[in-house]
Amino acid sequence: MHQSILVFRNFRYLKWAAAVIALSVVLYWFHEPAVGIPNGGTWLGYALGGFGAILIGWLMWFGIRKRRYGGGGAPVEDWLSAHVYLGLALIFVATLHTGFQFGWNVHTVAYVLMMIVIVSGVFGMFAYLRVPELMTNNRRGTTLVQMMHEISDLDAACREAALALGDEINQIVLAAAQNTRIGGGVVRQLSGDDPACPTRDANSTVRHLADHAPPGQAEGFRVLLGLLARKEELLARARRDVRYKAILDIWLYFHVPLSFALLGALIAHIVAVFFYW
Amino acid sequence: MQERVTVAIVGSGPAGLSAAGRAAASGVSHVLLEQRDHISDTIYKYQKGKLVMATPDVLPLRSELTFKLGAREDVLGTWGKQISDLKVNVRFNSEVTAISGEKGDFTLKLSDGTTLAAEYVVFAIGLQGNIRLLGVPGQERDWVQYQLDDPDEYSDETIVVVGAGDAGIENALALTKQNNVVILNRGGEFARIKQGNLTAITTAIEKNQLECIYSATTVRVDDDGIAVKTPEGETKVKCDRIIARLGALPPRKFVEACGINFPSSDPSSLPELSAQYESNVPGLYVIGALAGYPLIKQAMNQGYEVVEYIQGNQLKPADEPLLEQKFAKIPGNRTVSEVLAYIQESIPLLSGLTTLQLREFMLDSEVHAPRGGDIIFERNDYTNSFYSIVDGGVNIQIDADDENKIVALGQGTFFGEMGLLSGRRRTATVMANTPSLLIETPRRSMIKLVNSVESVKRVMDEVAVGRQIQTYIAPNIPLADLEDLIHTIRVEKFDQGEVLFHEGDEGDCLYLIQRGSVTVSREIGGKEAVISYVPAGNYVGEMALVSNAPRSATIRAAVAVEALRLDGVPFRALMTRNEAVRQAIEMRYRGRVLENIETTEQPEAGGLIQFLVDQGLGEATDVLLIDEALCVRCDNCEKACAETHQGTSRLNREAGPTYQTIHVPTSCRHCEHPHCMVDCPPDALRRNANGEVYITDSCIGCGNCERNCPYGVIHMAAKPPNKPGLLQWLLLGRGPGPGQAVTGKWGPDSKKASGGPKKAVKCDMCKDVKGGPACVRACPTGAALRVEPSEFFKVVSQGL
Repeated sequence: MHQSILVFRNFRYLKWAAAVIALSVVLYWFHEPAVGIPNGGTWLGYALGGFGAILIGWLMWFGIRKRRYGGGGAPVEDWLSAHVYLGLALIFVATLHTGFQFGWNVHTVAYVLMMIVIVSGVFGMFAYLRVPELMTNNRRGTTLVQMMHEISDLDAACREAALALGDEINQIVLAAAQNTRIGGGVVRQLSGDDPACPTRDANSTVRHLADHAPPGQAEGFRVLLGLLARKEELLARARRDVRYKAILDIWLYFHVPLSFALLGALIAHIVAVFFYW
Repeated sequence: MQERVTVAIVGSGPAGLSAAGRAAASGVSHVLLEQRDHISDTIYKYQKGKLVMATPDVLPLRSELTFKLGAREDVLGTWGKQISDLKVNVRFNSEVTAISGEKGDFTLKLSDGTTLAAEYVVFAIGLQGNIRLLGVPGQERDWVQYQLDDPDEYSDETIVVVGAGDAGIENALALTKQNNVVILNRGGEFARIKQGNLTAITTAIEKNQLECIYSATTVRVDDDGIAVKTPEGETKVKCDRIIARLGALPPRKFVEACGINFPSSDPSSLPELSAQYESNVPGLYVIGALAGYPLIKQAMNQGYEVVEYIQGNQLKPADEPLLEQKFAKIPGNRTVSEVLAYIQESIPLLSGLTTLQLREFMLDSEVHAPRGGDIIFERNDYTNSFYSIVDGGVNIQIDADDENKIVALGQGTFFGEMGLLSGRRRTATVMANTPSLLIETPRRSMIKLVNSVESVKRVMDEVAVGRQIQTYIAPNIPLADLEDLIHTIRVEKFDQGEVLFHEGDEGDCLYLIQRGSVTVSREIGGKEAVISYVPAGNYVGEMALVSNAPRSATIRAAVAVEALRLDGVPFRALMTRNEAVRQAIEMRYRGRVLENIETTEQPEAGGLIQFLVDQGLGEATDVLLIDEALCVRCDNCEKACAETHQGTSRLNREAGPTYQTIHVPTSCRHCEHPHCMVDCPPDALRRNANGEVYITDSCIGCGNCERNCPYGVIHMAAKPPNKPGLLQWLLLGRGPGPGQAVTGKWGPDSKKASGGPKKAVKCDMCKDVKGGPACVRACPTGAALRVEPSEFFKVVSQGL
């Protein structure tokens, strides 16, 4: 019904980016430096470098633009689509600017930082394309908060079901209710799982005990196991939800700070070029 | 001996106080009867510190009492002092239970058993009604209360809620968060309550969040609790507080019992009054909110005026200068009453109005004097005002493709009623054909008038029916040719979910949807599946008439619907007589057949339509949807909303249901007939030409719209303090970031945190922001989209 930012406006910004890339490549192809091999110091080198620097500044301006809510101008969707394609075009512009000359110096640091930023952006783009649908399917029309409420209702029901089943079961169920966690540190969030999940432990212990339960308690165990299984399934879904949200967010923790690092390195690169030539 | 006065004033709200103040000041013997032990109970019950607004600013105040914007306490304090200075004769705790007699000799029976004689009686009892008390000994204890302002005020108490209606249940549920709650239900189950409340209360009882005692009647209130009789015998429920929500007796009942006529049973209809506020019973006067004047200033002016009229003094109403100003455009230098007489003489529709109604009508209306050729409104505008032609005439362009096809209307006629009825866009462009004089009346005033004056309703209905037939079914056919059809037409009303006709029924008529919208569904695989959606301005039922077969589908009201029922016999006759009509209907028929096949082939589209209709989109004109397959959950839409609207977001992205990947967030739908507009005292809710429903600055913060909105998209908020700029936040970390509330360490100084007055806020579709809705513009992935449901449903049925 409506389209992703990549197809947006019938690939308008892909066409722009393609034009930038084509122009850079063609110029580079026919460019004969007056002295030596192609590098940043020729007229084309300065042109590509200047354009690349402006492009970086413009790409970073996106962070400001998306937080400026009033007023006219192009919608953020236009900006993001252009940000993605022109960001990718920057690979060509900057690489041709270097003339393929790399070394252990501040210039190459700027280049490498730029590439890491672009790669993190590519990751983000894939996350944005893929994860929303997974997240929606996983939620099945509810929200994380509703899942949490349901889990806490199940906890109460489990404890009630456990009352007639003896102290050991009660303690296991209580521990499962009190110690089960959703989310946590970055790694835990991204894994979408808790290897030591108290509810899972409780479920397997109770299942084991159920096999040796006196016949009078069979029905009680059946009810409790049903509740625990339902809770485990919900926990898995809630953790998956947290995982998806973490994937949608995590790359920005690299993309944005490294952009600022890139900006610093870029300034150092420009200053170095002009003062120590 | 029985006390005898000239004027008995019932009710000590602003109107009653002002009347009593004037009576005292001019030495008229009087009594002010108040059923409570304090004045102005409605204002008295406002929450602490609530600002009482003094709108409209332009209306001069005419009263012995003063009134200006201020906190509830100050307003009541000032009035209390002023009435004692004026030596007003007030009798508290005096409820009037019956009135008998006639002008010059009325007898008022009071609740304490005494009687009182009065020559004139003024009703100033407002609309709150008499709250039903427990009716058992001990009901007056101070921990027995009859309303609940803020449930969070109470914690760790045992609270008994008496009454299992919606109000009682809502209070009980809100109190369970911090208290131990027992609800008393007189019946054996919960009946006659909203579905949502029923689910919530049964779940809460199942989860032991609160206790419910069924079949319980209260016996008495003791020092430490309440005695209750149940089928098992009498028990005592110990508690710290009792909240009784037993409803109120509407004041209208009492007034009607005194012989005062209301023209219709519609709740918005007003009593018939003379220009001097006298009812059909001579000597009985009605002023204030009950008479249709909900604002304090209007009520106070009427209190003053009514006492003057009773004394036989002629007095120009306080609104005279306003009308003078309004009529300044009218050539000929006539006085206000001359102009009013001229208007009434020129426009037959208004001839049945009393002078008072006409004045009120003109106060709300605008006078326009267009030159020939000036456009009044254009096709597809979203305005819904109503126009009457005092002088001159207009041309209506009925055909969108041919601007030469026109219908001319002359002096005394009216137009614009179709938008009023359907709540939809204008169906034609209208322009003045000669220098004219027009009256433009806002929707609310017109609805009030239609419900209050029978003759207006009749004329409106008759003309509207004919025009709708001409517009939607039989263009270019003179009304005379349609007469035998029009005579058989009935307006039928259907509640949401009600069926107009079933699949397989005999087809004996056609329905033209005048208001609301319907879904078309068929039985597919044993289940009813929705196949399409039909909005107002269209007809259904033509298939059976054309094909002579039983109904091929079920038509169900998506929201409250008003439809014109066109009888099959005269309609078939019209089709035989008129080739153009027959062709148009047959074309529609073929289109429907095709559409039915298309949608039957994609059941998921029908599912989506059904889902959206269930979410109330059937009455929406513009709704925010989120495609969750694209939404990256960044909440930039909410932040954008908050930033463009003084820091408060009017939308909640995550809340709200989802079907497949279509999510309906909690945000305004700009309904065709907005529920929020129904009861707005200052008429602050408006709709502009593009369809946005918004709130003007005249909002008095009463909260009616918040309560009336079924979708929970209006809330009350004070204007937050200013924030530092974006770059300051980005570079220096100053202040809260975009979309974050100004609270916590950035919040206002708690010592002076009185906050401004709280006013209603809602989505205004960013009508004042360049480029349109900020939520949509700020969405980086294009997941947020605003759609017009009727257009969207068309897209859906043609395939996603």
